[in-house]
Amino acid sequence: MTRTLRIVSILLLAAAVAVVTVPMAGDAHGKGTIKVATQSPLSGGQAALGEGIKLGAQLAIDKLKGPLEKAGWKVELVPFDDQAKPDVGVANAKNIIADKDIMVVIGHLNSGVAIPSSEVYKEQTLAMISPANTNPTVTDRKLPNVSRVCGRDDVQGVVGSEFAKGQNAKSVYVIHDKTAYGQGIADFFKADAEKKGLKVIGFEGTEEKSNFDPILTPIKAKNPDLIYFGGIYDQGAPFFKQAREKGLKSKFMGPDGMDSSDLTKIAGKAVVGMYYTSAAGPASALPKAKSFVDEFKKKFSKNPEPYAAEAYDATAIALKAVEAAAKSGKVTREDVSAQIRKVKHSGITGDIEFDGKGDRKKALYFVLQVANEDPTKWGDNKIVKQLTIAPPAEKK
Amino acid sequence: MDVELLIGILPQVVIDGLILGFMYALIALGYTMVYGVLEFINFAHSEVFIFGAFVGVEIMLGLKSAGVLERFPWILVLVVVLLAGMLASALLAFTIERVAYRPLRHAPRLIPLISAIGVSFFLQDVIRLTESIWRNAFNLVYPTIESLNVRLEITETIDVSIKSLVVIVAALLMLWALHALVNRTKVGTAIRAVAEDQAAASLMGINVNRIISLTFVIGGAMGGAAGVLFGVQYGLINPYTGFIPGLKAFTAAVLGGIGNIPGAMLGGLVLGLLEAFAASYLSLLTGGAFGAEYKDIFAFSILILILIFRPKGLLGEVVRERA
Repeated sequence: MTRTLRIVSILLLAAAVAVVTVPMAGDAHGKGTIKVATQSPLSGGQAALGEGIKLGAQLAIDKLKGPLEKAGWKVELVPFDDQAKPDVGVANAKNIIADKDIMVVIGHLNSGVAIPSSEVYKEQTLAMISPANTNPTVTDRKLPNVSRVCGRDDVQGVVGSEFAKGQNAKSVYVIHDKTAYGQGIADFFKADAEKKGLKVIGFEGTEEKSNFDPILTPIKAKNPDLIYFGGIYDQGAPFFKQAREKGLKSKFMGPDGMDSSDLTKIAGKAVVGMYYTSAAGPASALPKAKSFVDEFKKKFSKNPEPYAAEAYDATAIALKAVEAAAKSGKVTREDVSAQIRKVKHSGITGDIEFDGKGDRKKALYFVLQVANEDPTKWGDNKIVKQLTIAPPAEKK
Repeated sequence: MDVELLIGILPQVVIDGLILGFMYALIALGYTMVYGVLEFINFAHSEVFIFGAFVGVEIMLGLKSAGVLERFPWILVLVVVLLAGMLASALLAFTIERVAYRPLRHAPRLIPLISAIGVSFFLQDVIRLTESIWRNAFNLVYPTIESLNVRLEITETIDVSIKSLVVIVAALLMLWALHALVNRTKVGTAIRAVAEDQAAASLMGINVNRIISLTFVIGGAMGGAAGVLFGVQYGLINPYTGFIPGLKAFTAAVLGGIGNIPGAMLGGLVLGLLEAFAASYLSLLTGGAFGAEYKDIFAFSILILILIFRPKGLLGEVVRERA
C-alpha cells in the first residue's frame, strides 16, 4: 500500500515537473532572453537626469536589438530606480545579480551610488557601463566589470579651475554637497586652483537644501570673484538663486551636476551667464547627435536631458559586446565584461574605446555657459571651451 | 582673524536667524498645542506645514499662468496665498485628527504616535504622487515677485529684502493673535482648561472634542502660514522638504518647554538664531576646521546642554501642574 502510494506520488511529481518544464523549453523558441538593466534615480529631485538615462538606453535597445533578435535572442530593458541613494542602489544591485538574464547594467547617475553598487556587480563580474559617473574612484579600483563613457572629475575639476583663471577670477569660494561626487570634484577644483595661484577664500560643505542665508552671509562679506558649487542642480539652483537675491555679484560656476534644464527652471535668471563644466557635451556640439535628438523627441516627446546620449552610447556598446559574446552560442557575464573592453565604437559622443581600467581613452570635456532663463531652451547653452583629454596616467 | 568681518556680518546673521526662528516658532506652535491638550507628539505636523506651502505655490502658479500675478499688488497676493495656505493646512490638520487620532484617543500613548508617523509618510507620498501627475514635477518653485526681492539698504554691508521683513511682520502678527486668543478669549480659556484637566473641563460644560479639534485647526493654520512663508522666503519646495524643518520645530518646542505656547515661540527663535550663528561663524572662527555643515550639531549640542540643566525647557516652570 505504502509502496504504491510512493510510486504514484513520484509519478505525479514527475508529471508536474514535465508540465512545468515543457512551456519553459517552448518559450526559448530562440536562445533565451538577454536583459539590459538601467539603474538611475527615477523618482526624487534628480529624476530628470535619471529618467534621461533610462530613455537613452530604451532608445538604443529599440534601435539596435535587430542583430541579436535575428540570432534568436529576446532583448529587454529592465529599469531600476536607485533614488540617488547608495542603500537603494545596493539593494537593487542584489536583485539584479539574482536575475540570471541580466547581462549588463547601464548606470548610475551618482558616483556615490555607483561605487558601492558596482562592488555587488563585481561578485558575478556583471558588467556596468556608466554614462555619468565622473568620480575617479569608479574606475581607479580597476574592477574588470566597470567601464564608463564619460570623463573623470580629476580632469573636469582642472578644466574648471583653468577656465576660472582665464576669466580673471582672483579669489574663489568653493561649496560642495558632501557626496562622493560633489566633494570629490570640489577638492580637485580647489587643489588645482591653489596650484594656479587663485586664492581659495572659503571651502565649505553643506547638506542644506532650502535655506542658504547663513552660508551666504560670510560669502557676501568676503565678496569672491567666483563661487564654485560642487554638487547637483537640485541643491545648486536654490543656492545660486538665493545668492543673487542676496545681492552677490560673483560669477557662478559648477561641474556637470549642474547640467540640467531644471537648473534654470528653479533658479531662473539668477543662473543666466553661469558657467559649468561637463563631461557630456550638449547635443548641439556632437556631430552625430542631431538625428539622436530628433528620434528621442519623436519617441518620448521631450528633449533628451544630458547623459541620455551617453546612456545611448553605453547601451550600444553593451549590445555590441553581447553580440560578440553570443557568437559562442552562450552568453556569460564574465564574457560580456571582457568583450566590453574590446569594443571600438563610433557613437554619438565620439569614438569610444576603453583603457585597462575602464576609462575612455579620449574623453571630451566642455565648459558651457547658461544662455537663457527659459528651461526649454537649455539646449541653447553656449560652449565656451571644448577639450579632448586622455585620463591621467595610472598611478602605480 | 578678521575681527572687522566678524562684526560686520553680525546684523545680517541676526536677521537671518530671526527669519528662520520665526518660522520654527510658527511650526512649533502646532506641536506644542497638540502636546498641551493630548500629550502626544503629532509627527504629521511637518506635512501639515509643507501642505500649506504646496497650496500656496499652486495658487501662485495658477495666478502666474493666468497672467495676473504681476498685475495684482503683491501685498494682496501674499495675503490671499497666506490665508489659503492657512485654511488648507487647518482643514488637513482637522481631518487628520478626526481620522487618525480620535479613534485612538483612549489607546496607550504610543499608539497615536505610531499613527502620526504613518500619516506623515502617507501624506508625503500623496503630495508627491499628486504633484507628479498634475505637474510632472518633484521640485516646485515659488514664482518670483520682483517687488518682494527689493533690498533695503541699512548700511553699506547690511540690507534686508522686503520679503524677509514680510516674513517677520507676518509671523509677529500671528504670534500676537494667537497669544491674544489663548489668553484673552473664552475659547482660549477653554483650551487652557482642557489642557489642564479634560475630565474637569467637560464637567464644566466644555465640549472637549470640539476644543481638541480647535487646537488642531489653530496649530494647522499656523503651520500652513509657516509653509507659505517658507516657500516665499526660500523659493524651492518638494514633498519631503517639510521633514527637517518639522523636526527642528519640534526641537524648538521641547527647548521652550513642550506644551507651553510662549515657550514654543522662544524656543523657535533661540534655535533659529543658534543655527544661523553656527552656519555663518563656525568656519570663520575655526579657520575652516568646522564648517557650516556642523550647524545642526552645534545647535543640538546647545539644546542638550540646556535640557541637562533645565529638563523642562526654557520656560518649563511656567507649565501648570499636571495630574
